[in-house]
Amino acid sequence: MTYSYIAGTHTYQFADLKEVLAKATPARSGDFLAGVAAQTYAERMAARMCLSAIPLKRFLEELIIPYETDEVTRLIVDTHDKQAFASISHLTVGDFRDWLLSDLADSATLKQVAPGITPEMAAAVCKLMRNQDLILVAKKCHVVTAFRNTIGLPGHLSVRLQPNHPVDDARGIAASMLDGLLYGSGDAVIGINPATDSLPALMDLYYLVDEVINQYEIPTQSCILTHVTNQIKLIERGAPVDLVFQSIAGTEKANKSFGIDIALLKEAQSAALSLNRGTVGNNVMYFETGQGSVLSANANFGVDQQTCEARAYAVARHLSPLLSNTVVGFIGPEYLYDGKQIIRAGLEDHFCGKLLGVPLGCDVCYTNHAEADQDDMDTLMTLLATAGLTFIMGIPGADDIMLNYQTTSFHDALYLRKVLALKAAPEFEVWLKKMQIMDADGNIQPIDHAHQMLKNMPKYLTPP
Amino acid sequence: MPKLPHITPLLAHQSVDPWTQLKTFTRARIALGRVGSSLPTSEVLDFGLAHAMARDAVHLALDTAALEADIQAQQWLTVQVKSMAPDRASYLLRPDWGRKLHEDSLSKLQHLYATSSQTKPIDLLIVVGDGLSSLAVSRHVVPLLAALRKCIPEQWHIGPVVIASQARVAIGDEIGQALNARMVAMLIGERPGLSSPDSLGIYLTYQPKLGLSDAGRNCISNVRPEGLQYARAATKLIWLAKEAMRLKLTGVSLKDESDIQEIGQQARLK
Repeated sequence: MTYSYIAGTHTYQFADLKEVLAKATPARSGDFLAGVAAQTYAERMAARMCLSAIPLKRFLEELIIPYETDEVTRLIVDTHDKQAFASISHLTVGDFRDWLLSDLADSATLKQVAPGITPEMAAAVCKLMRNQDLILVAKKCHVVTAFRNTIGLPGHLSVRLQPNHPVDDARGIAASMLDGLLYGSGDAVIGINPATDSLPALMDLYYLVDEVINQYEIPTQSCILTHVTNQIKLIERGAPVDLVFQSIAGTEKANKSFGIDIALLKEAQSAALSLNRGTVGNNVMYFETGQGSVLSANANFGVDQQTCEARAYAVARHLSPLLSNTVVGFIGPEYLYDGKQIIRAGLEDHFCGKLLGVPLGCDVCYTNHAEADQDDMDTLMTLLATAGLTFIMGIPGADDIMLNYQTTSFHDALYLRKVLALKAAPEFEVWLKKMQIMDADGNIQPIDHAHQMLKNMPKYLTPP
Repeated sequence: MPKLPHITPLLAHQSVDPWTQLKTFTRARIALGRVGSSLPTSEVLDFGLAHAMARDAVHLALDTAALEADIQAQQWLTVQVKSMAPDRASYLLRPDWGRKLHEDSLSKLQHLYATSSQTKPIDLLIVVGDGLSSLAVSRHVVPLLAALRKCIPEQWHIGPVVIASQARVAIGDEIGQALNARMVAMLIGERPGLSSPDSLGIYLTYQPKLGLSDAGRNCISNVRPEGLQYARAATKLIWLAKEAMRLKLTGVSLKDESDIQEIGQQARLK
């Protein structure tokens, strides 16, 4: 079906729904690279006006990637909850925006409606929303998950402690881990990006983190971010696996390029559940996504990168993750050119994820060839934390020496918690107070030489 | 107005982390201390300087004339080419342009090949590309070439060193194809990290031609004095190139076992 919008004497034509979506998207380098972006400012606004009048029902009739050839589309269609959709089924995309912003759409209602919203509907309404709209609606969407602590409660911000080391040196990893814990980070997960692919070396990393968690009795979970097939093998060999990680994307072809499909993710989830290592909940998956990954796998089928990203959240939602992380600025300037584009994408991803019911955190980050700096990161992290972001990354001094990019630091997390009065996961906060890292009022405490964690360091850090 | 209390010097407000000894275990920015819960001034400035170095590495243009003169001074022939990316901004936005030769450069290479008196094909063609760090290229290419000269087998025909600007790795394929080279070694500035603004990467490709993917290459990364030393990088490259010649391929099926071989040689010497 074709779409058009008449502006004065000019009629703008759009060949199909995915073209309307792509051209309505705020400008970004990745959509220009893909050749799907609007060519003029006026065309972009015409596409938005056209999009605004399209009924939400249309997204169930015109599938932007065919059902027959894409299992993500099949997942979206086959799991669509018609009952939940009923209350919004009469709305156009424009009406949907108005309703989301209205006080009628309170937290309880949004939660009920979430299974009736498809990723394409979320992406569509997102394109009509300003940054403040994305913040306001996301803040109303509460997504609470649990494993050894409770993540995503309103008024809380968790932190993934990311103690990476370029050659997986156990002492280097343990040193960064201790640094982060003493700064109050690590409630979302202690998650390492390993340099190695070797199973015995990965096994050592699992034991390294698990021993630290046990030694200090920390109510948190670990994760080693290697390929899902490695994690399944390691579970079979008895590794202490808490969360299973995988990078995912919004089309079957892109997922294939990652060496995965939905069945494999289901298998991994069952394997992790069989270990029964959670204490307060059973959300065992950790996903990472990011705009542009589908195009870089040449698997976008003419769909804009923000819509592809929202489709990845349908995959995530299906597997009830503890955490899902949009790694927003990592991919480089050919997809998100500068601070403005990175900030917009971070807010869009968080909004779409939360609207769909996914526990979205954000790796607020940039590379050195992007037009961005620490000030842009400060802006994005402050906006996202205001919007109720589930978690951020915590890396010593914001400098990841393994992945060579800049993300957020333990100091950044303290800043956000202080300025916006946000708390750590409740079970973790109790632990921080018990360990005298945090005082009774929730402030970070000075640590002295005699602190129990320094007197009794992880074994990797004590001289032989 | 009430009198302000005496403000003590900044350091008195700063909380120092009593685990600074752990810095010996990692280059990660641990034990930075804090003012309130924020970073101390010295750390903000230190980070800012590191970022500035990395930004300059991306954006400062490679001085190709100076580089060419230095390479020629080592008795190499040289030729300069350009990619289809006209400037840095387009280079960053259009990776595909950086992988493709400008048509003038392609004709230049084709002419060079057609008029060459050399009948033997080039065994190993060396291409130098600015990539994402001109700093890496200007600092490390000349000493690396000197190290390479010492280990390239005498019977190999090397051809001119091609200097490519606004270049991505895959431009080496088109260059190698135009000069009919059996292998291309691309020396290129890597994406700069905060602690490594000048990392040089080497990509070896057997039978270069347009349209190859990165799975068909072998990579040696982090070449710089603080990382992989020039001599070791040169030995590794030539080891891989000899193996590539023997197996007639590069990429995932060619495993870098140069270290194992070296250990074997040392064992024999004892």
